[in-house]
Amino acid sequence: MNWQSWSDFWSMGGAAFFVWGSYGVTFALIALELVVVLRRRKQVVHRLQRLRQAMKASARRKEIQQ
Amino acid sequence: MKARQKRLILVVAGVALLGGAVALVLSAFQQNLVFFHTPTEVAEGKAPTGRTFRIGGMVEDGSIKRDADGITVRFAITDTAKSIPVAYKGPLPDLFKEGKGAVVQGALGADGQFAATEVLAKHDENYMPPEAQDAIDQAHKTAATVAQ
Amino acid sequence: MESGQRFSLFRYAAPHLFYPLAGRLAPWFAAAAVILTLVGLYLGFFVAPTDAVQGEVYRVIFIHVPAAWMSMFIYLIMAFWSAVGVVFNTRLSAMMAQALAPTGAMFCFVALWTGALWGRPTWGAYWVWDARLTSQLLLLFLYFGFIALTRAIEDPRRADRAGAILALVGAVNVPIIYFSVKWWNTLHQGASVSLTKAPSMATTMLMAMLVMALASWAYTIAVVLWRVRPLILERERHTEWVGDVLETAEGRA
Repeated sequence: MNWQSWSDFWSMGGAAFFVWGSYGVTFALIALELVVVLRRRKQVVHRLQRLRQAMKASARRKEIQQ
Repeated sequence: MKARQKRLILVVAGVALLGGAVALVLSAFQQNLVFFHTPTEVAEGKAPTGRTFRIGGMVEDGSIKRDADGITVRFAITDTAKSIPVAYKGPLPDLFKEGKGAVVQGALGADGQFAATEVLAKHDENYMPPEAQDAIDQAHKTAATVAQ
Repeated sequence: MESGQRFSLFRYAAPHLFYPLAGRLAPWFAAAAVILTLVGLYLGFFVAPTDAVQGEVYRVIFIHVPAAWMSMFIYLIMAFWSAVGVVFNTRLSAMMAQALAPTGAMFCFVALWTGALWGRPTWGAYWVWDARLTSQLLLLFLYFGFIALTRAIEDPRRADRAGAILALVGAVNVPIIYFSVKWWNTLHQGASVSLTKAPSMATTMLMAMLVMALASWAYTIAVVLWRVRPLILERERHTEWVGDVLETAEGRA
């Protein structure tokens, strides 16, 4: 085992800033990317659905006019 | 201003900014293709004169000495063929050790002494636990005594 | 008959078939990424020993190297899809290239960031302008350029073409990054793992690094599939099948 205790683990032999700074920023960016990507899908589906409904509505109006 | 024009200006500005950044990076790339010179090159006078440059090599065994002022460090950097004496004032990286790689930046004085303004440690691509390193060191020592 | 079989190879190149396939595959790759990351982190922090020279700080390698590899691979795959798009004029390939770029840029930034945090305690500097670091920085700018270019041009066909040119020209930089440590004097050390020689790492360290590399592959595949799906919907919004997808998604979304 590499570590005597959890505090030993977190201090990373004095390199805590460099090690945790690396891992922290990496996983934060991955989390951010996932949030952006999954939110984007919802936004696109919503927008296209509204667009579709608007087109349907205008098509119906045309039918009535005729 | 129309939205299209605004967009165009934005694109042009973006491309210009990025182009400038790429140009800067490429010029840095070209200047530092030779990131450091070897002590042999320096001894043969192939290193640039009149501007600062870097020397890369190994810190010679037993060469590190501290001046009485406590801040000036003197050591020699070698590629086993030639060796250049270096003087440096400032903090040294943790991995700076005798027998290990280092890159020093500075200027060569008329006395052949290299006045360094920056010292970097260069480590190799080997990663192993301390026990394995000890075993290798031991093997080297044994081989050296056998050779004698 | 024969031509039907031949074309079945390219079956999933059709957007209306690839869209549901991507949706089905992505969660599996995401799950694989989570499991591999957990295993990799366990190996990296609890099994791999302390390094003899660098101490604990070398543990940055378990993200630094996989991220650097991914940043180069993704650019090559982007260039590959761009070439396919230009040569065969397939609709999906440009969308794939555009879905890959942000993840490639993310990994490229991570490689630079972790490299800086690793360089300070070992070399004694966050940044030096040696050939390896400089060419990797150029890769980040190439990613930014690709993303900006493809998003700035409104006409999708022209955007795809401009992006493809940049992706293909920029691909030259990838072998330059990879071989920079061999071709020139650099502060950056040589490769620990390569196809031409035995790895110069203790086995458990190497295992941790390779598992993390697999995790980053799985993550990349999952996130790119998720990103390409809405891209397909937008590009194909005038088709009947997207209409059907929107109808069925209406209740859920």
